[in-house]
Amino acid sequence: MKLGYVELADDPRYADRGAHSGIVFTDLGRPYQGSQVALEDARAIGRVTGVEFSMEKATGKSADELAQRISKWATDDDIHFVLADLPAAALKDLEDGLADRPVMLINISAPDDSLRGADCARNVAHTYPSQAMLSDALMQYLVAKGWLQIMVLQGPTPEDAALVVALQHSARKFHANIVENRPFLLTNDPRNREQTNVALMTGGVRYDVVYVADGSGEFGRYVAYETSLPRPVVGTAGLVPTAWSWSWDRDAAVQLQHRYERIAPPRRMNGADWAAWEAVKAVTQAVMRSRSTAFDAVRAFLLSDKLSLDTVKGNPGSFRAWDHQLRAPVLLSTADAVIERAPLPQYLHQTNVLDTLGIDAPETACRF
Amino acid sequence: MTQSRECGYEKGILLALVVLGLALSTGARAKGTGYVFVSHEKTNNIAVIDPKQDYKIIQWIPTSHRPRDMKFGDNRALLYVACGDDDVIDVIDVAALKVADHIPTGRSPEMFELSRDERTLYVSNEEGSSVQEISIADKLIMREIATGAEPEGLAISGDGKTLYVTSEVTDMVHVVDTEAGVVTDNIVVGTRPRRLLLLPDGKQLWVSNELSGQVSVIDRGTNRVLTTLDFLPPGFRQADVTPVGMTLTKDGKSAIVALGRANHVGFVDTATRKIETYVLVGSRAWGVALSPDEKTLYVANGLSDDLSIVDTESRKAIRAVPVGRVPHSVLVDD
Repeated sequence: MKLGYVELADDPRYADRGAHSGIVFTDLGRPYQGSQVALEDARAIGRVTGVEFSMEKATGKSADELAQRISKWATDDDIHFVLADLPAAALKDLEDGLADRPVMLINISAPDDSLRGADCARNVAHTYPSQAMLSDALMQYLVAKGWLQIMVLQGPTPEDAALVVALQHSARKFHANIVENRPFLLTNDPRNREQTNVALMTGGVRYDVVYVADGSGEFGRYVAYETSLPRPVVGTAGLVPTAWSWSWDRDAAVQLQHRYERIAPPRRMNGADWAAWEAVKAVTQAVMRSRSTAFDAVRAFLLSDKLSLDTVKGNPGSFRAWDHQLRAPVLLSTADAVIERAPLPQYLHQTNVLDTLGIDAPETACRF
Repeated sequence: MTQSRECGYEKGILLALVVLGLALSTGARAKGTGYVFVSHEKTNNIAVIDPKQDYKIIQWIPTSHRPRDMKFGDNRALLYVACGDDDVIDVIDVAALKVADHIPTGRSPEMFELSRDERTLYVSNEEGSSVQEISIADKLIMREIATGAEPEGLAISGDGKTLYVTSEVTDMVHVVDTEAGVVTDNIVVGTRPRRLLLLPDGKQLWVSNELSGQVSVIDRGTNRVLTTLDFLPPGFRQADVTPVGMTLTKDGKSAIVALGRANHVGFVDTATRKIETYVLVGSRAWGVALSPDEKTLYVANGLSDDLSIVDTESRKAIRAVPVGRVPHSVLVDD
């Protein structure tokens, strides 16, 4: 059984992020190798079910080009499950381009809530956590610690704005308070010192914690130890909610970390790698347990509540019926450790505690 | 005195000494220490507990890094322990309570089994996706049997001809022909199968599935899953029930399953397969072992760093003894 994998040649998310003057300061990186680890893991499943799993990869210049490739895959090569490492806009265009085809896309790197809400699609599932899940995980921790007064430092990009929207939603949900939202700019112009000098930016207000919304990563890493009041830094710097951390060592994570590091040196596994690994695992598990490689049968099992995926973060995962988001724990990580795993034990839920993270059934804007 | 009488005295003393010596040495083997051994993943040692001294830890045996599974050998004169971070099995002299030897293994050994003739070790290598067959005498890896990713639990049939091993990532149990050294069958079970238990009737194999909260019961004749046992102690959700370690009374009538993050053990009647009761123990219960008289059950609680002592007649936990950091397995000497 062949799976597909698509990515954009000039994906702005990878273009110049995470590196400055050639020094890499984040774990950002394309997640293809994550999928390869899962394929290797699936070899034994293949021997037992008589199904050989393989993957075809396509790097396109646009969503249209990828849509054409995937359509051809579906008709000529019997490829119906495709992992997509795309920014939200491209993924939406791709979804539209494949509307009636027997193809299921699995989003492995875009956290945008719109993809799980108004822009959801029946043949799209998400293994990467939504922004709402990541924000809720952080908020559960802040509220559990009693750090309820939050100072926000917001960057200039739309991505940064989306982070703050999700934070506001989480603050309402878990009863925390955003005391102030101050913008920052990436500039050395002294006329803008109020938007570049962290001590100035964080003065004159009382708060328990500083939340940084900085998708570029360039500003956020210098906030800690510069704030006017001595406060923890959270958000895109300091304590960061992530799908995965290379330092996570519980729940048999170490074996997975090592399998990844063996095939992808010098990289270590990041959140999108984990999501790609989970996506392939979801398909191979669905094939094994439904005993079929037919698109409808595998898709049905994959989206059903019978799917029980090892998330390697403690709880078994499955896809939410209302928006096809994989429910899974979220890790709260620093640069070299995982401080806590969400959902925290204090938070309860009627059916599954994993659903305390992210948009729940009654609130969803998704209509398939 | 005449020379003959002196020789007689000397011979008599010598004979007495030899007899005494024999008595002492066979006594040390046959009698057993009665001690309870607990391995600790983070403190790299084994705690030796004496139930007769009010469960006092009488000694700590330093081992290689990350000791986990333990098995007795040579009629309990030796204790083998798999040390995952040093890729070695330490061999402990039980009488001396010290590591006497090391047997190198593949990467990250966790669980292992001894062959029936005790000449071979079968070691599952979590990182190498294989089971290695190691000659104890020669300390050589003789064969490597490829498995699915993350093999863990092992069980050897009574006749030593069949080896069962779980693969945590592929959710199956591999059936291995030990003579040929090949996998002959694969049985798909629940999510993340960890450990195995062979029932003495020779007909059943039980498998604990950590992430589906169940034990699968396999019919060894057909290699098919007959049924599953669903565990759910009071106050816990299905997702929190993570069964791992299992043990059995000698008559095979009662099985005990440690339920991991559900902080309980379950007592199961093997004939009816009914879960008779749950007993609250400590945090993340994995390792379980019965005392020789089966009146006491010991449970290693990995995340509360203690050993629960359960009275099997009343089926109540009577005490918890603090041990080292992240206790993994528990083993009881006769």
